[in-house]
Amino acid sequence: MAGHKTVETTGLLGWIDQRFPLTSSYKAHLSEYYAPKNFNFWYFFGSLALFVLVLQIVTGIFLVMHYKPDAQFAFQSVEYIMREVPGGWFIRYMHSTGASMFFVVVYLHMVRALIYGSYRKPRELVWIFGVGIFLCLMGEAFFGYLLPWGQMSFWGAQVIVNLFSAIPFIGPELSIWIRGDYVVSDATLNRFFAFHVIAIPLVLLGLVAAHVIALHEVGSNNPDGVDIKAKKDKLGRPLDGIPFHPFYTVHDIMGVAGFLIIFMAIIFFAPEMGGYFLEFNNFIPADPLKTPLHIAPVWYFTPFYSMLRATTDDFTWVLAGAAVLGAIVMFLRNKGLLKLLVPVVLLGVAVLLRLIDAKFWGVVAMGGAVVLLFFLPWLDYCPVKSIRYRPGWHKTLYGIFFANFVVLGYLGTQAPTDLFNLISQIGTLIYLGFFFLMPVWSRLGTFKPVPDRVTFHAH
Amino acid sequence: MSQDSVLHDDEGAVPATLPSDPSRRLWIGTTCAMGGAAGLAAAVPFVSTFAPSDRARAAGAPVEVDISTLAPGEMRTVEWRGKPVWLIRRTKEQLDSLKQNAGELADPNSARPGYTPAYAKNEWRSRKQELFVAVGICTHLGCSPSPKFATGAQPSLPANWDGGFLCPCHGSTFDMAGRVFKNKPAPDNLEVPPYQYLSDTRIVVGVDENNKA
Repeated sequence: MAGHKTVETTGLLGWIDQRFPLTSSYKAHLSEYYAPKNFNFWYFFGSLALFVLVLQIVTGIFLVMHYKPDAQFAFQSVEYIMREVPGGWFIRYMHSTGASMFFVVVYLHMVRALIYGSYRKPRELVWIFGVGIFLCLMGEAFFGYLLPWGQMSFWGAQVIVNLFSAIPFIGPELSIWIRGDYVVSDATLNRFFAFHVIAIPLVLLGLVAAHVIALHEVGSNNPDGVDIKAKKDKLGRPLDGIPFHPFYTVHDIMGVAGFLIIFMAIIFFAPEMGGYFLEFNNFIPADPLKTPLHIAPVWYFTPFYSMLRATTDDFTWVLAGAAVLGAIVMFLRNKGLLKLLVPVVLLGVAVLLRLIDAKFWGVVAMGGAVVLLFFLPWLDYCPVKSIRYRPGWHKTLYGIFFANFVVLGYLGTQAPTDLFNLISQIGTLIYLGFFFLMPVWSRLGTFKPVPDRVTFHAH
Repeated sequence: MSQDSVLHDDEGAVPATLPSDPSRRLWIGTTCAMGGAAGLAAAVPFVSTFAPSDRARAAGAPVEVDISTLAPGEMRTVEWRGKPVWLIRRTKEQLDSLKQNAGELADPNSARPGYTPAYAKNEWRSRKQELFVAVGICTHLGCSPSPKFATGAQPSLPANWDGGFLCPCHGSTFDMAGRVFKNKPAPDNLEVPPYQYLSDTRIVVGVDENNKA
């Protein structure tokens, strides 16, 4: 018989295996997928992110059963869920707290990738799919935040959609096209609802699948940044690898249990998290004629929002100066075509920085701060992957970078003052400098020898 | 004999060493191009659904306002195209302050295109000196600035504050003619909408000699 497949399994499983790669997939991704045995605390956050994704999808489905995407009824329907739908408050708080916790978990997951060099060859695509997931999450959070139709929903969306109006020539028309009206309105709410519940989740699920498939193709990195596939036993299994199931499934279930303790504590005792998870102004229905006295995005956007605010007319002089400096350095260091091409592009950017409004460059700084992450695998020239074997001052540099990100995040929640503006301008330079100068600093210093095998002490 | 013309066996395997058939390649290319063009054309109706609907456009009709009851120093907000439009009858002191601050402003003469009709390109940015009409939406990112008519030092404002507007989102400040101060995120002065006087006490917002309703 043509196409007949011989399988080891029998009975029902054998019947399925002849028609569907069930056993082989189970082996490839779970029972015979070998992960390094020296995973530490940082390695909980990948599986936790998957857990929160499922939680958001399930709670989201149940919220949609009661929510009305209509400017007239949206606010009331959310209050209806909170007060009258049995258990509705719990589902809604799981969803709103889940959004914030998703970012907590994903930011920590990204910190892990940064410090252990998990984006380095051959894991560039794992990283790129991951940044794509991060972008989708930002989209989900932004579109979703309009749906309760409170004051912050409305004015937050108004501000972010107006970011697009900063694009030269097509901007104003583009922002009207995105809103479907001259201001954020019912039309905007409806399309944001469509994006939030259908369009972005589909893309997100596709990217998550790609992220995991790419990871399982190349295998997980580990805190030592050592390639465990380099040393194998006679059956071809990595000496420092253990099967994902049962070892890491059990490990990750423990992670989920720990996470749920914190998660439920937040839901029951501080679902608004002092205005950080759900802003107080969002309990007032949207009023297109009155901006709340203080507008700030939800905490997970504030580091990037700070960079947007920091880009004033004065600051574009600094950025233009940096571009000119970069052009000179590239001209002196490079050879051939790049010697002229890169400096010319940089000088062009410097001129445009002064020609186009600072408002546009604020948007570029904010978007660029995220887009830069895509290029990380090609910016890092460090001879070792893991921070464990980098020089001490590299660790300091990473410490400054993370602290700077937190400071930018804090400033983004605060009302603008001259001092705060200056600090966020310095912070923006630190953030951009960290990445743009990475090709230079990442290869400097004395690196410690990397062991052949992972560091592991049995309990 | 070419790759495209041969069917070897039931597995359809074709030796890769055979040359391709140029006439088939031409038609494959043409079909792909036509299919791609049709696919792009199909995107047009989807993209166009995003534009404001006829109903949204109709809701942008002009608004008539009676200004006879507007006292000096008073501000009133009306809605036009869903945006707040401010009407302020400025006092003598407020108008005087506009003559001294040109050095601190980004665009004191409203020279930048787009936000100021020709009849408002003067230092008070209005048709008649006292009555200021402006769209109360910050030119930075669309927040609605708050009126700060009290003079002197206040939080987020300079010590020599002469009255004006403060945008709560990103700290842009505007004077009593909606002109933006230097070195603030907002690039432009507040938009003056098209408007005209129907009589001394009535104006209509949304139309003027150049803009039909």
